[in-house]
This record gives sequence, structure tokens and C-alpha cells, in this order.
Amino acid sequence: MEGSEAITEAALSAGCRFFAGYPMTPFTEVHEGFARRLPDVGGVCINAESELEAVGMAWGAAATGARAATGSTGQGLSLMQESLSEITRAELPLVVFNMARGQGDYFQATRGGGHGDYRHVVLAPIDAAEAAHLTQLAFHLADLWRHPVLIYGDYLLAHTSEAVEIVHRDFGPLPEKDWAVDGSLGGTGRSRNVNPIGMTKGSKGIDPAAFWDHLQQKTDRIEAAEARFETESCEDAELVVVAFGTLARFARYVVRELRAEDLPVGYFRPVSLWPYPKGALLEAARGCGGVACLEQNAGQMIDDVRLSLLGEAPVLPIGGISTDAAGFGVGPLLDAAVIRERVLGALREIRP
Amino acid sequence: MSSSRRDVLDTSAAPSRPARRTAEFTPGLQLSGDHDLCPGCGEPIALRAILETLAELGLADAAIGVVGIGCYTALTSLIDVDLIQALHGRAPSVATGAKRMRPETLLFTLQGDGDMVNEGLQEVIHAAARGEKITCLLLNNGVFGETGGHMTATTVLGQRTKNTLEGRNADDHGHPIPIAELIARLGGTGYAARGSVHDVKSIATTRRYLRRAFEHQLRGEGFSFVEILTMCPTGWFVPTAEGPRYLEEVMGSVHVTGELKKPGR
Amino acid sequence: MSGVASRGTVVIARERCKGCTLCVPACPPGVLHMSEEVNRSGLAYPELVAGCTGCGACSWVCPDFCFEVYRYEEPVTHAVSR
Repeated sequence: MEGSEAITEAALSAGCRFFAGYPMTPFTEVHEGFARRLPDVGGVCINAESELEAVGMAWGAAATGARAATGSTGQGLSLMQESLSEITRAELPLVVFNMARGQGDYFQATRGGGHGDYRHVVLAPIDAAEAAHLTQLAFHLADLWRHPVLIYGDYLLAHTSEAVEIVHRDFGPLPEKDWAVDGSLGGTGRSRNVNPIGMTKGSKGIDPAAFWDHLQQKTDRIEAAEARFETESCEDAELVVVAFGTLARFARYVVRELRAEDLPVGYFRPVSLWPYPKGALLEAARGCGGVACLEQNAGQMIDDVRLSLLGEAPVLPIGGISTDAAGFGVGPLLDAAVIRERVLGALREIRP
Repeated sequence: MSSSRRDVLDTSAAPSRPARRTAEFTPGLQLSGDHDLCPGCGEPIALRAILETLAELGLADAAIGVVGIGCYTALTSLIDVDLIQALHGRAPSVATGAKRMRPETLLFTLQGDGDMVNEGLQEVIHAAARGEKITCLLLNNGVFGETGGHMTATTVLGQRTKNTLEGRNADDHGHPIPIAELIARLGGTGYAARGSVHDVKSIATTRRYLRRAFEHQLRGEGFSFVEILTMCPTGWFVPTAEGPRYLEEVMGSVHVTGELKKPGR
Repeated sequence: MSGVASRGTVVIARERCKGCTLCVPACPPGVLHMSEEVNRSGLAYPELVAGCTGCGACSWVCPDFCFEVYRYEEPVTHAVSR
């Protein structure tokens, strides 16, 4: 099945029962999948009048305790940033899919385009099989932390067909959703107010500082617990190649090819873009002569690579802007031969 | 007839003579009467009408309120109903998602004119057009009260606000949006009415509209809408005692009260 | 000394009152008047004279929830100076 279908089937298997979206290439097929399949499982899919309302509807569904999701491509997610930052403060579990056009949305995804102090988990699948797994994991992590989780997919993932088996996964126990709003506590004096401002029933006014501190402590706990990465043949590597998402699949292929030719190259892939696996990258790059950062944009993840290494090793950007005639993302960089040349170039640069 | 000292009755405590209490300080679904909204504000009056109507319909533990951003947001800490605080203008979307997941629960939004008719016009229009089975409530005082009384999309021509000090005029500031009429025109809307809270009679009428709107939702017959004109003496630059008259003459002449759409019967 | 009957009465939370005076014209029998004294916030508050019917109009129109309303089992006659 195509990546888009793998994502929707995985979401359904994870118990997702609400989706709202607005069509936009290359996210449309994910939206179509939910529209087609959610009714089969008693779920609801709404064609929102804009991305602004799509995330608003998902907010309402999540607030009642249902597993809910929304999504778009980078441009549509720009419309959702205010809501995403407030949903984070309202501590609502929501899964958001960015089927991006290339990797230029890295900052938007990892730093967030909303206001105030907030971060949310970002998982970037390398292929359809991992996309299914990370989608299921996303719903678990969202409920575990009461926090939004973003899946960073792209055009290639959306439209590449692969053999994918959707297996129901159980990631372990989850806290009760006693906070979920269902109307039942009205008139009891203990009624709920799911809100991003820090209001509490019965007491006038709010204490923003205390409220934001509480949220930041949770963010720090998430950062310490949820970093994920994949690494290969870095132990004796002279050059470590860092890449994420479907582009990393090409990088891994090239590194394996060069290793077969006895060239000292290693491969590191952050599966979570936030929290970025800084410690693991520093460890993987220990003793190497340089780290090559391969990304399909003008240079965004390179900031996190430099932050991880803090000068331990030189960082060489070998990616760049690369897209097709429509700007949807499948450009000349997505080619093993091109990447091979760039990796070899970097190797030459760091070896005396 | 000015009351001389001797004629004033003691109102500091419950009567000692046998008597039946017919009204408490605050509605049953309200935790306290202590809030910081301006003297003469119509919003707490509307809130009482809403909460008492919910209680009368036995919906206390079967309702979810989705609240917008405005002066009334401060009242949410007093409301003993399950609430979701939405972003400015987004309440109808949040209510849509919640209602779709909890169809057996009454979903209502509580918004101001700035929230609904400025920031969130798209939300309420599309929710109505889709016939979402929710009830949107609009507290319309014709100004952004929370920021100190600025012009909104329902400010009437000639009305003075902080950014139309000489009075709103069509050339510079355009025309007010008759939101209730707009909503009534949409196919998905089953019930639409506009009431006000400037005197006891209009409050009684508004309570009837609220009851019908909620009952409309309970019957699952599509979107229902009640606009409630409320006083904002601070934003209107009038003394509190003048609020009701200003509402009736200045607001009420443009935003005419009445039922604009009722089920076929 | 003639008397005026009250079929009801109210308890007034005068300290919460913000002096908006909306209750005075709203009271059907017109038995609410603003005080000469002021509460802790320096604002006049409503006072009750004989003739209350316990109708509850005041509790409907008060933005600050200052009225608790009672209805007597039997009407009470208050001596009123003329």
C-alpha cells in the first residue's frame, strides 16, 4: 500500500476515531483515506472549511477524550500554528500529520510557528512501514504525555507503494482520561475546564507563571524520555552522514555501498526530530573527522547537528534546495548517485 | 418617593418570618457571583439566563460549553458546566469536533461579537451551513469589551468606540453585519433568534429563545443560534443606568430582536 | 401610621454591589432605591422598602448576583411613616 494508506490504516488500528482536514498536495491522499475508512469504524471525518477549522475540530474531539488527528502539508500547517501552541498548553493529545513538500518545514515542525514557550514531539518516518509504526506510537505518546505529536512525512512517503503489514501494537499502560470533557461533572462543583490559559474553576484570575512552569517541567521530561534514532557503522567511521525522513533511505543505501568498498563512513538518522537525539549523535561522531549533514532544504537540521556536536567535529552541509517543477519535493537530490558524489566529496575534504 | 431612614427594611439576612426562597444569589450551575466585569455589564445577566435554562431542561450533567475569548471568558471560572476554552473565534469548530464525538451531549458555544462576527465568522457560518447539531450563543454588545471598547463587525453606524470616536461611519468603517439574519438564511440552520437583556421582559423572551434553541438541538434537527444583545456602558461611554436605553435605541434599532427562523411547524 | 404589605423580601449582598442601579427601574413595585451610604468599594447599593412581591426581577437583572429572593407564607405588613 501507499504511505498515505499505511498511515490512515495505522491510525485506525491505534483507535483514531476523528479526523478533520483540508485537501492539499501531497497530504490529500491521507485525508481521502480517513474520509473513506473512518465511517467503517464508527469514526468521523470532516472536510473542514480551512485548516484553521480543521485543527479546531480536532481540538474539540480530542478534548472529549477521543483519539483525534488532523494534518496538511507545510503551508496548511502554517495556518494551524496558533492552535498547535495552544493545544500544547491545554495539554491535549493530538496527532498531526505534515505530509511536507520536501524538508523545508523542519524549523516549523521542530521549533513550532506558534507563540510562547512550547515544543511538541516530532517523528520522521523513513518509509511506509516505519510510518505505520510511528503513527501508532504517536497516538500512544500523545495520550501518555497529553501532548501533541507531529508526524513529518513527505511527497515520496505519501506516494511510494510498499509492502506494509499493519500490526496492532500495544505500547503499554496509559493514564486515565479523567480530564476528558463529557458533560458529566456539570453541577457537581468539580466540573472541568480544558483550557490553555491556566484557569481553574472557582478561583478568579490565573497564575500564568506557575502554569507555564508546570508545562515546561513536562516538556523537559518529554525531552529526556522520547529521543529516538537509528545508527549504522559509526564506531570506526571517519565521516558520519546525518539525514532524516525518506532522504535518509538514500543516505543509508550510499553508506552501505561505500562501506562495501571499505570506505570509513557511518550513518546516523534522528527518528525524533524533537527531541533531537543530541547525545546519541555526539556519541556516534566521537573520534570521527567530520559530520556530513544531508537535508533537502537550505540548511535547518544543521543547526541541531552543530548543537549536538558543539565543535567536537567539523560539520559539512552536503544537502541543499532540491525540488521538482511543481515545488512538491521530489528533486534531483533524491538520487543515490548524486548523494554518493557529495559524500565522497565530504570525505576528501576532511582527509588530509 | 425617597425612602426615609426608618422605612428601609433589613436585608442583611434571611427573613425570620416563615418564607420560601424563590431565587438564590447565583444560579445552581454557577459557583459564585464574584467577578470583575464592569458595573452594568449585560453579560452576567445573559449568563444567568443561559445557566438557569440549562438547569430547567435538566442538562446540568449533559452539556459541554465551548467558550470564546472576551470579557465573558473571565466568567468561565464560575460556570459549573464542563467547558472547553477555545481560541478567539474558533469555538464553533471546537464544538463541532466535540459534538461529533459526544452526540448525546448538548454542545453550546459562548462567544462575543468580536469573537464570532470578526475573528470567527467563517467558523460559525460554515458550522451553520453544515447543520452541525450545536447551539451557538452570541453575546453582542457591539464592541470589543475586553480591550476597552473597540469597534467590531456589529458596531452600528454612529456608535462611538475607542477607534471610532466620532462615531462609526460607512465610508471609513463599513456597515455592521446582521449576523442572526445571515445565519438564518443558511440551509443547515433550524432555529435562529435575537434577544436582549436590557429589561425583565426582554430577559424572559430571551430565556424562551434559549430554551427553544436547546430543545432544537436535543431533537437533533440541525444548527441553532441565539444572539443576545448585552449592555456595555464602559464601551459605549454611557453611565450604567443609561445602558438599557442605549441598547434599545441604538443597538436594537439595527439589530432587531425576534425569532428569525423556526422549524416548519 | 398606615401599613404597607410585603408578600416577599430579599437579602442584598451590598458589598458585592458595583452601584450600577439596574435593579431600581427593573423592580415592578418600585421598592428598591439606592442607598445614601456607600459600601467598602465606595459605591451606593440598593435598599428595600415595603411592598416587595418576591417576584425575583431584581435577581434576573443584577450583573453581580446581589439578590436572594424570598416569598412570605403570609404577607407581612410594615408600619410606614407618612
